Amino acid sequence: MTEAVPSRPESAASRTPSATGLVVELGGVSKVFGSGPTATSRVQALSQVDLTIRKGEFVSLIGPSGCGKSTLLRVVGDLTPVTEGTVLVNGKPAERARRDRDYGMVFQAPVLFDWRTVQRNVELPLEITGMPGPKRAARAREMLDLVELGEFTGHQPWQLSGGMQQRVAIARALALGPAILLMDEPFGALDEMTRERMNLELLRIWERTGTTVVFVTHSIPEAVFLSTRVVVMSARPGRITDIIDIDLPRRRDVETRELDRYFELVTSVREALRRGERTSPVGAARIRAEGLSG
Amino acid sequence: MDVTALPPIARGPSLADRLREWLPAAVVFVGALVAWELVVRVFSIQQFILPRPLAIFDAWRAHFAEITSAAAYTLTEVIGGLLIGVIGGLLAGAVTARFAGFRESVMPFAVAVNSIPIIAFAPVFNNLFGLDKQLSKMMVAAALCFFPVMINTVRGLLSAPAATIELMRSYAATDLEIFVKVRVPAAVPYVFTALRVSATLATIGAVIGEYFGAPKVSLGQYIVTYTSYLNFERSWAAIIYACAMGIGLYVLVVLAERLVAPWAADRSAPRG
Repeated sequence: MTEAVPSRPESAASRTPSATGLVVELGGVSKVFGSGPTATSRVQALSQVDLTIRKGEFVSLIGPSGCGKSTLLRVVGDLTPVTEGTVLVNGKPAERARRDRDYGMVFQAPVLFDWRTVQRNVELPLEITGMPGPKRAARAREMLDLVELGEFTGHQPWQLSGGMQQRVAIARALALGPAILLMDEPFGALDEMTRERMNLELLRIWERTGTTVVFVTHSIPEAVFLSTRVVVMSARPGRITDIIDIDLPRRRDVETRELDRYFELVTSVREALRRGERTSPVGAARIRAEGLSG
Repeated sequence: MDVTALPPIARGPSLADRLREWLPAAVVFVGALVAWELVVRVFSIQQFILPRPLAIFDAWRAHFAEITSAAAYTLTEVIGGLLIGVIGGLLAGAVTARFAGFRESVMPFAVAVNSIPIIAFAPVFNNLFGLDKQLSKMMVAAALCFFPVMINTVRGLLSAPAATIELMRSYAATDLEIFVKVRVPAAVPYVFTALRVSATLATIGAVIGEYFGAPKVSLGQYIVTYTSYLNFERSWAAIIYACAMGIGLYVLVVLAERLVAPWAADRSAPRG
């Protein structure tokens, strides 16, 4: 359904791509919350969503609140069942992918456990897989080094700043070497300065691990800066109205934010969002990426 | 790097700091005792209205063995009652938290019962479990502890934020793993709050239970007996034992909490 997947060097660190190289395949996904005969008791959170994501992509979901972007992320992660449609991750049903521990989740709040040290927080998913203690500790330290928190293994979570806590959450999400990293507005609670620094950090981690990332945000600059593709969504019912390829140079740094092309892309995402708002909800011709993205 | 913003690991206050912290309370305590002694002497207050602290101390020394064995008898009831009430409350709380049906049907009832004066049942319990038996006082103490422990266990087990449960689900964790690794640790501070209340309630329950009938060698009967003899110094000496028991158990619970759940006690820095 979707197209123009930017090429990206395959990294050795990721695992088990499906034969087609597609990590996520959504076909006609709809989600209705609530049940009942009347329309008022039901909320159509997602309507007929088709989306494919290739291995190694960084895809942002952006849209106004209530557009179902978080729901879509949770559908991919098998945290919310779909009402209709198919969800394949690594070529298998989402539930199977979850049982195979193909996911790393990062939420808006760091969701760290106060009764565990930083290192033991990162070890948690490894404990559940039954990895033996010494191996677990080594893996956790490796992940904490990756997010540059190697010196803070023995700290308690509440002794760290908000940005550092979120880095611990990222380290924990990466501990299992997931095929796909699902991030639900992970930097939404951070101040602008920390957020920009975290963006650079995340890109560095993404490059090093080669993990596929699906990233929910409501920040247009953040979506453009991070992504290889930006999926624009619109509310009532939640649907994809546009997909914009981000053809910025692969290596992104502080100067990327000053490129003319960066500003053009920010503008086109903003316009796509506005267009999405204008389209009539029901039966609106869902605008596919073909005609719209650069 | 926001590394520079990091507070140092809290090592806890030094001994001198702790002493300085306790000093005002100690001064007030000693000052109150001195004032009490002086007021009774200066205004010649009768001992049956308010005995002097030194007179109470003398009575305590003179009848040390007797009062102490009464206190030991009562302490057995308090601890027995605490164990029954707390274990029962934990189990009932765990079951109630686990099943939504119980949550909806049992919890409102438990909250309602928790706000009635259960102590009023003390004479009834004496009748049920034997007037001269320690069991009847244990049951009064247990009944007082049961509901706060149960209610806080339920609240604690359900206190883990939805995101923590989703996180565990994303690791394909089993319900048992979620219970052990998330719900139970999250409940620990809640349970300790209930335990602190229970330490006091169990002491009250046992002593009041004894007021309505118990062997002579119990704090409650000791207090009742010597009050009726108008020998208030000896009553007061027993009352002070009961107070010490309640405070001592409370302090033990606080210390245990610091040991078991340090994250709840010394979380000094706010969340970022």
